[in-house]
Order: sequence, then C-alpha cells, then structure tokens
Amino acid sequence: MEEEMHTDAKIRAEIGTGCSPRGPGCSLRHFACEQNLLSRPDGSASFLQGDTSVLAGVYGPAEVKVSKEIFNKATLEVILRPKIGLPGVAEKSRERLIRNTCEAVVLGTLHPRTSITVVLQVVSNAGSLLACCLNAACMALVDAGVPMRALFCGVTCALDSDGTLVLDPTSKQEKEARAVLTFALDSVERKLLMSSTKGLYSDSELQQCLAAAQAASQHVFRFYRESLQRRYSKS
Amino acid sequence: MAEPVSVAAEYLAGSRARAARTVLGQVVLPGEELLLPEQEDAEGPGGAGERPLSLNAGARSRVRVVCGPGLRRCGDRLLVTKCGRLRHKEPGSGGGVYWVDSQQKRYVPVKGDHVIGIVTAKSGDIFKVDVGGSEPASLSYLSFEGATKRNRPNVQVGDLIYGQFVVANKDMEPEMVCIDSCGRANGMGVIGQDGLLFKVTLGLIRKLLAPDCEIIQEVGKLYPLEIVFGMNGRIWVKAKTIQQTLILANILEACEHMTSDQRKQIFSRLAES
Repeated sequence: MEEEMHTDAKIRAEIGTGCSPRGPGCSLRHFACEQNLLSRPDGSASFLQGDTSVLAGVYGPAEVKVSKEIFNKATLEVILRPKIGLPGVAEKSRERLIRNTCEAVVLGTLHPRTSITVVLQVVSNAGSLLACCLNAACMALVDAGVPMRALFCGVTCALDSDGTLVLDPTSKQEKEARAVLTFALDSVERKLLMSSTKGLYSDSELQQCLAAAQAASQHVFRFYRESLQRRYSKS
Repeated sequence: MAEPVSVAAEYLAGSRARAARTVLGQVVLPGEELLLPEQEDAEGPGGAGERPLSLNAGARSRVRVVCGPGLRRCGDRLLVTKCGRLRHKEPGSGGGVYWVDSQQKRYVPVKGDHVIGIVTAKSGDIFKVDVGGSEPASLSYLSFEGATKRNRPNVQVGDLIYGQFVVANKDMEPEMVCIDSCGRANGMGVIGQDGLLFKVTLGLIRKLLAPDCEIIQEVGKLYPLEIVFGMNGRIWVKAKTIQQTLILANILEACEHMTSDQRKQIFSRLAES
C-alpha cells in the first residue's frame, strides 16, 4: 500500500510539448519541460529542446558564507557542469552570462545576505546549449518560488554563409554557420537582457536576428505559460 | 509586410495590464501587472460627466488594498513576482487582500508564524534554532513559560521547539519565543520525546491548517495521535506504536498528490486492517 502512494506521488512531474515541427527557415525545435523532479533542491526543472537537454536545480534563499555575502541583496551563484569532463573556461564564461541574466531578473533585494544557487547539468548537447540552459534556469527559479520581476528565455540564431537565418540550430548547423548569436529576452516587453555572439555578421544582420529571436521568444513564453498552468491545474 | 505588424500587436497584447478582479483564481506568471478596481473605474469610458461635483474634487476615496505574498506594489499597480493562483479575501472594511498561492519548499521567516525548530547551538543565554530559513533563529532562555534567571528551562541541543517569531524581516536575524503576549506557553515550548519529524511543502501545511480540513478529521478518526504543524513545512507526529506513526507520516506526505477519492479509499482500507 505504501508503494501505491509513492507511485502516485511520482506523477507530479509535467511534460509539456512545444511548437511546430522543424521546417526550412525560422522555427524552433520541439521542446518539453518537466518541473519539480528532484527532491533535494528547492526548485528543479528539466528543459528539452530537440535533442539538447539540461537539468537545473535551484537552492535558495539559503545560508551564505560571510565572505560571499552582500549586505543589501542576494548572492546569486550559477554552476554549470558539462556532460563529460571537468568544467573548464567555456563553462565559466557561460556561468557568468547566465548569472548576469538571472541577476537582472531576480528580486535580490528582498533577501539580503542570502544565497541563491542555480546548478545546471548538461544531459545532452545537440546545439543551442546556452539558450537551453537559460530556459531551464528560468523554469527552475519559478519552481523554487524565487521572486522575479519577469520571466526570461534564451533563443539562438545561426547565420550561414549565404546569410539565411536559422533559429535554434543543431550542432551541425552551428559548426557550419559563419555566426552564432544567443539572446536572452525578458517576458514583459521582450527586451534584450543578454547577448552572446560568435562569428562574423553585419549590423543589419544583428538587428534581423534580434527581431527573429523576439518573435520566437513568444512561442517559448506561451509554452512556459501552458506548462505552468498545467502544473497548477493538478492541485 | 503584414507579419511584423501582427507580431508587434501580439507583443503589446502580452504586456497589457489586466484587472485583478478578472484574473482571480487563475494562474499568474512573474512579470504580469494587475490593475486594482479603482484604477479600472478611472480608465473606463464615460460616466465622468454624470458624477456630481464633490467638494474635495482632487482626492479620490481610497480603498486600502493589502498586497500579500507573491505581489509587489509597482507604482499604483500590482506586480506579480511568483507563479501561482491569484486569490482575494474581502474583509469587513477596505479593499481586501490579494495574494498568490504558490507551491514552494523553501521557508522564509514571517513575523507571527508558528514554526517547529531544531536547537543547533547553545551560546550563553541564547539558543540557536534551525527553522529552515537562510539564518538560524535566536531564542532566549527567558522566553519560556515560568523561566527566570534561576529557573532555566531544560533545553538541549537537538531538541524540537515549537514557537513563534517576534522579529522576522529581511534585514535582521529572526528571533523566536515560546510564550505568547500574555506570558503563557499556549502549546509552545519543547516538543516531547519520541514521535517523528518530517518535511512537506508549504502549500500542504496551509491546506492542512485551513479551517474544516477533511484530511485532519479523517486522520483523527483512524488512530489517537499527537500532531504539531510548523508553518516552515515541518510536521511532528506521534502515535501509540512506531508503525502507526510511520503510516501517518506516509499518508500526510502523499496527501499532496492524491485526489480526495484516492484518499478516502486509502483511509477506508486502513480502517479495515
């Protein structure tokens, strides 16, 4: 009888499905999200974009070491673990980008002298890793109940040699592209929170990519809304 | 060319503030802005010409709306900061309280909350009590019923304490006491021997402590038991035998995810055995 109750308890995780299937031009891969799947962290989420999958856990607001405490706001820490090997410089730089995005959105002044830690584990990497990490971090922060002033999402664009824009590229498309741009956008006015770009592109192409990312972020935010509504409808 | 226009219209649609009244009971996301009833009237069409002139034309009659957990005041609107269902309670006077019912595991100390803490250290005249927040709370040895400087309470490291917060804000270390404002214990103090302490989500505690909670009434009919609920997500249970205690702990933990029919089935099966 005890086993029955435990299996019922496991059905609390939600799986949501994303938007249209991949076609030529601008469309996102299939995405899915699961919340509250880990028992130890205060909030957790797993975000899937095509074959790229990232697991995020959030602890906070929790105790902070005196050396790291900030007197008037929360100390936000992001830890990114790659799938294989030890974390290196690339992970450090991604951690910094994700941390800056989260700090812009999380209301740290409500919890001074505490720490909010986001731990991200790459489960599989098939392109658009940074965007997937951002989405997973956002869902995990919402699951943990950390106060935020808006939601945020990550969108990746790749520009190939003839200038065609591909949203949410796979690793093969990223390798062949001449520029890969990742943007973090907020949910209130689709403002740009963070941008990380690699490669060669012109000013007008940057504006085009940003506009395409803003349009695509709508799908992501709609998906967030649907998956959160589904989660709360069960209670 | 039509696409950019329709896309732009969709952006604006997402960010337009909605009236709080229309969103009651629905899931709200962080970043949404809500309009209070008095602002809707001001922005509504017409009617201004027919209102009689009042002597103090400048001042509107203000209704006092309380902003509860999950909401922040942003100008004259409410900004949602947590995801959950929007709730409203209408008291006798004033505009009522709005809050967001969210599911959370982490506790943040709030003044007046009754919580179960674990004593972690004894330093001089103060006990340090772990309440599950970001800092341990401090508890003075004089905050027990009948405690004086000569007659110290018998509290050891590792004991469970049921008390309430007198000081709990973001800037100071939380302080708790085990007496009420009249100096009586009122159920607070050191929790006795045996029993089992386990952790559940904060939403479940609020559900169990709501008036007329069916779960508690049904559980009470099963076995004689002692139970203490802490608003920090901790529950202490004690029944006659260890097996009964474990069964009760499992039921309460699972209650969160069961519908009322499944629960009734389990209770009836337990009552038979």
